[in-house]
Amino acid sequence: MNSLFYQKNSSRNIGDKVFTTLSLICVVISILPLIFLVTYILIKGGAQITPDLFTLEPNPPGDDLDAGGINPALIGTLIITSIASIISIPVGVGGGIYLAEYSKGGSFSRFIRFGVNVLAGVPSIIAGVFIYALIVSTKILFGSMYSGLAGGMALSILMLPTVIKTTDEGLKLVPNELRYASLGVGASMYTTILKITLPSAFRSIATGVVLGIARAAGETAPLIFTALFSYYYITGFGDLFYEMGSLSVLIYNFALEPYDAQNKLAWSASFILVLSILSVNIFLRILAALTEKTKRV
Amino acid sequence: MEEKLALFKNRKRFGIEKYIDVIFKNTALVLSSFVAIILLGIVLVVFFQSFESFSRYGLKFLVTSEWNPVKDEYGAFTAIYGTLITSFLSLLITIPLGVGTAIFITEDFVPKVLREIIGSFVELLAAIPSVVLGLWAIFVMEPFFREFFCFLHNFFGWVPLFSTEPTGRNSLLAILILVVMLLPIVTSIARDSLNQVPKKLRNASYGIGASRWKTIFSVILPAALSGIMAGVLLALGRAMGETMAVTMIIGNSNAFSWSLLSPGYTISSMLANQFGEADGSQVSSLFYAAFVLMILSLLVNIFAQWLVKKFSLKY
Repeated sequence: MNSLFYQKNSSRNIGDKVFTTLSLICVVISILPLIFLVTYILIKGGAQITPDLFTLEPNPPGDDLDAGGINPALIGTLIITSIASIISIPVGVGGGIYLAEYSKGGSFSRFIRFGVNVLAGVPSIIAGVFIYALIVSTKILFGSMYSGLAGGMALSILMLPTVIKTTDEGLKLVPNELRYASLGVGASMYTTILKITLPSAFRSIATGVVLGIARAAGETAPLIFTALFSYYYITGFGDLFYEMGSLSVLIYNFALEPYDAQNKLAWSASFILVLSILSVNIFLRILAALTEKTKRV
Repeated sequence: MEEKLALFKNRKRFGIEKYIDVIFKNTALVLSSFVAIILLGIVLVVFFQSFESFSRYGLKFLVTSEWNPVKDEYGAFTAIYGTLITSFLSLLITIPLGVGTAIFITEDFVPKVLREIIGSFVELLAAIPSVVLGLWAIFVMEPFFREFFCFLHNFFGWVPLFSTEPTGRNSLLAILILVVMLLPIVTSIARDSLNQVPKKLRNASYGIGASRWKTIFSVILPAALSGIMAGVLLALGRAMGETMAVTMIIGNSNAFSWSLLSPGYTISSMLANQFGEADGSQVSSLFYAAFVLMILSLLVNIFAQWLVKKFSLKY
């Protein structure tokens, strides 16, 4: 008779509670680093945001008490990420179109999809090593060695798998009826893709691509021996062929300096980098949640 | 009415459209094969650049730990050992944490909104650049754990892993920062595979009287095992290739030591440290090390994909 009632002290109920508590502890441990990290960066980095930070060049490390600003690195990150996007978005979207629209699940497309996954798993520093061997050490780009252009190319290798994957998956979600309708009224394949399927998959592709760009903006490893670093303002188009600073390399270099002023600069740069990456991520998440809700209604 | 009819006027395709169609298709084909070209290019370039070092040191490179540019003697054992030990130990900590978190957010202990917020928090952690994690590790984690490491050394100094006096940056800190980086990967993949387990299985288990955690351990987890395993392998690949945070905190010393409390090296941190300034046969040796790293991560990744394909359609 007793067995019909919930027994607080039976071993199975105690065991359940123990494991529930354990999993709660796991959750707390998993979330704590993010909370600590973000608050620390907001406090430590946010305290030193001044207009000078955005307009000045960083001073070379030394006894100089004033570290200067991060203008060249900020602009450099924008330029290098743009170069990476300019290369990887057309190639990635084109490749994704082929996989989703043209290939019929044959061995070629299976091989390419496999390759995309493998490329996504290649360590980011290997992309740097590759570009170093291919472009920096051979001076193939008009005799220039370390350059912003080479850095952008290294980043584009990392972005490419993301772009292809999001395009492929975004296009696969477009219902086939749309394609049949378009082809049925006599549109050619490329018109159908450019005017019907790509626009209807635009939002999911754009989300994935923007997330990929945000990720690339924080990458450091492929840049430390392709774009290197520079302390000086970027003044013109020709600077693409010379060493170029970026926020992430600035953080790396200045974190390892023994001087306090440089360390502080690294914190402010992290503040800007993390704030922009997180806000892009959160904004896209909220946008996705909102559109999903309207769809359900 | 006239205007509207004009819209629907018959129009013949121009001859040129056919060619555009063909060109468009072939362009897309070429663009998609770029992936294969780049992948092949990476493997070939790194292999050929490492050829000089490979023919000189052969497999001895993998088991000796002398790294001396002056004497031109190179061996990457310290870095290879560091790569393997940091990635495996960090995974060992991450797996229970990540799977535990994934279980918590797939069960209904707390309302769905709260669970979704926890899930996005963990995923946002993945968006933090690793160089920022490295900065945080240097200035926040290292001072925070210093006393704990001294305690570890004092009480467990007889274990080879804790046998040296802790001095600032070391391999154990690298392992801890890797845990932070791997958590989001393991958690989100484990969550996805737990969510994919059909509800029927759970109900059947409850129906014959199993408790919640008995169900989780005996039914849900085994059903989701292949997905979780794939996630773990992906995380392993990431851990082996992770560069910035590890380079900043591991201490970068090529002196071999079993102890986790002494500065260490990984292949990627060695590359990050030395590549810019290397010349002569050191460059080739670094390429050799990069080749080893690439083969390791390729093997892990391919195995992960094979696992997903092999077991994904079980239910």
